[in-house]
Amino acid sequence: MISINQLSKKYKDAENYSVKNLSLEINKNEIFGLLGPNGAGKTTLISMLSSLIKPTSGSFSIDGLSYKEHKNKLKNTIGIVPQEYALYPTMTAYENLWYFGSMYGLKGASLKQDILNQLTILGLESFAHKKIHTFSGGMKRRVNLIASILHKPKVLFLDEPTVGVDVQSKNVIIQHLEKLNKNGTTIIYTSHHLNEAESFCDRVAIIDQGEIVIKGTPAELISNQDNANNLEEVFLQLTGKALRDHA
Amino acid sequence: MHKIWVSAIKEYKLLSRDLGGIAILFLMPLVLLLVITLIQDSSFKAVNSVKIPILFVDNDQGEVAASIKEGLSSSDAFTIVKEQNTETAKAKVFNGDYQLAIVIPATLSQSLATKVNDNVERMLAAFGLEEETSLVSKVEKIQPIQVTLFFDPATQGSFKNQVKSGVDKMISKIETQTIYKAFQEQLGEEDQLFETEPFITFKEVTPTDGEAELIPNSAQHNVPAWALFAIFFIIVPLSINMVKEKNQGTFVRLRTQPISYATVLGGKTIVYLAVCLIQFALMLIVGIFIFPLLGLPVLDVSDKLPMLFLVAFFAGLAAIGLGLLLGTVAKTQEQAAPFGATFVVILAALGGVWVPVFIMPKLMQQLSKISPMNWGLEGFYDVFLRNASVLQVLPEISLLFLFFLVTLLISILYNEKKHAV
Repeated sequence: MISINQLSKKYKDAENYSVKNLSLEINKNEIFGLLGPNGAGKTTLISMLSSLIKPTSGSFSIDGLSYKEHKNKLKNTIGIVPQEYALYPTMTAYENLWYFGSMYGLKGASLKQDILNQLTILGLESFAHKKIHTFSGGMKRRVNLIASILHKPKVLFLDEPTVGVDVQSKNVIIQHLEKLNKNGTTIIYTSHHLNEAESFCDRVAIIDQGEIVIKGTPAELISNQDNANNLEEVFLQLTGKALRDHA
Repeated sequence: MHKIWVSAIKEYKLLSRDLGGIAILFLMPLVLLLVITLIQDSSFKAVNSVKIPILFVDNDQGEVAASIKEGLSSSDAFTIVKEQNTETAKAKVFNGDYQLAIVIPATLSQSLATKVNDNVERMLAAFGLEEETSLVSKVEKIQPIQVTLFFDPATQGSFKNQVKSGVDKMISKIETQTIYKAFQEQLGEEDQLFETEPFITFKEVTPTDGEAELIPNSAQHNVPAWALFAIFFIIVPLSINMVKEKNQGTFVRLRTQPISYATVLGGKTIVYLAVCLIQFALMLIVGIFIFPLLGLPVLDVSDKLPMLFLVAFFAGLAAIGLGLLLGTVAKTQEQAAPFGATFVVILAALGGVWVPVFIMPKLMQQLSKISPMNWGLEGFYDVFLRNASVLQVLPEISLLFLFFLVTLLISILYNEKKHAV
């Protein structure tokens, strides 16, 4: 489904590569987790795959479409749930979703129905006509998710979709993502919640300093690592305990 | 097209829910127009109807001083306040209590009369009508005499020049009358022999529309200038709107969607152009209905509305183009807002909104030709003051449209270069 070949990104004036010669195959219908400490290159990788930034070198294709040749087709194939809420605070949830849905070319009664359905599934039907700035973090995250899936993308990128939300909201979001996956959506997700990733992802890759350190199913990674009982212990053994603050 | 329309609806919703933004867009320009017109109108009246108190020190106590005093009193511009002492008058003016003091020197009347009589006698002697006894020695004794003017240091140059020119004209008239009088006396005529009223006068000819004379008033000068200023001020809220979208992350989401940057800008252009035209309509309404209530001249827009809105439409497009470019390039509101506001003031100054282009230095006059505000202002003046047709304003509106296209193109290219994938 996603084929990444020797992909690299070095930002202007940066000393090191944020992503360095990264190659990866992600299968159709897979839930793939990109894990790594701060500054490891997860967001840069997702930004390249979602056409937000230009790779320095290498290539990738999604659903057989090369990013260089099918930029617009690719945008219809993928959905991106960014780390920021990326919503207009003074517009209602419905207005935000109607606008972003329309930008995918959706319109009319079917768009309206889809919006209301999604709001209902994620428990926001009674808040449809409330302005976003009155929402809690968890509610904003759920609207943020809906805005990215109204056009029913084949591939969904999620950059820390559950950060800063309450347990209930997190549970609803994860359940909805699993449902989408069962209906055929390939999911690539980054997170610092390693327990969540361990139970949610089919496969994960641990990235550090722009390179893949290890990849496999969570069970494989745990069993192959000495003295590791869970993904968090694998992660710490592979990436170290030193702080990764960066500016 | 559907996406542009939806974008426009979104812009409308964002704008309509920002009360502060609406106040800036609609109320502030109206307040600006009213304040500026009231100030300009009162300063105009200051030299025409409102009387300015001035100190008058009469050390002469003669006929000439009396004539100057009468001339100043009858000019409707000044109220004469008598002051006995020159030093006191000087101190009061330099302290800012009065704008002006006029000090008439002692013996002015006597010296002028003596000099004129001597000159007349010399001339008559040259014609053989007077004896040439001791004339030369008498003239040599008469020294030039000065009327002293003290001005408050805060007084503007234009007012100083106006007063100096007025006093000079008055003294010239008195001198002339004295010369005629001296001739008459020397010739022994009792009846008035010479006509002392000015022979050469001025006639101002203004354009006409049929039989009606087209005399522009201050409203017709002020409304176009400040309406244009307000229209261009739209670059501030527009660029802030765009920077906000970047900071909120909504612009990042839009970049992942199958829409072009031109579509995003198209939606903004529709809404903000509508804002410009509403702004302009409100300014016309103020000029027509509110100005007379405040004692200001009424704005005459008869038969000019379609042409006025045509110019406003293209001026609005030019302003929006600039706003889109600033919003594209700026990274923070702190960059967009001060730069936008200052840049509009610079464009206004260059465009002739503050001072007329013809009194600017040569270099500034050349620069004013590349200010879109100058094109807009000329377009409005063509319509308001010269009754221009579409063909006559075509050069100005073409330049404004071209400016919009160029700024829009630069915005799109800049965005593509910055976010090229």
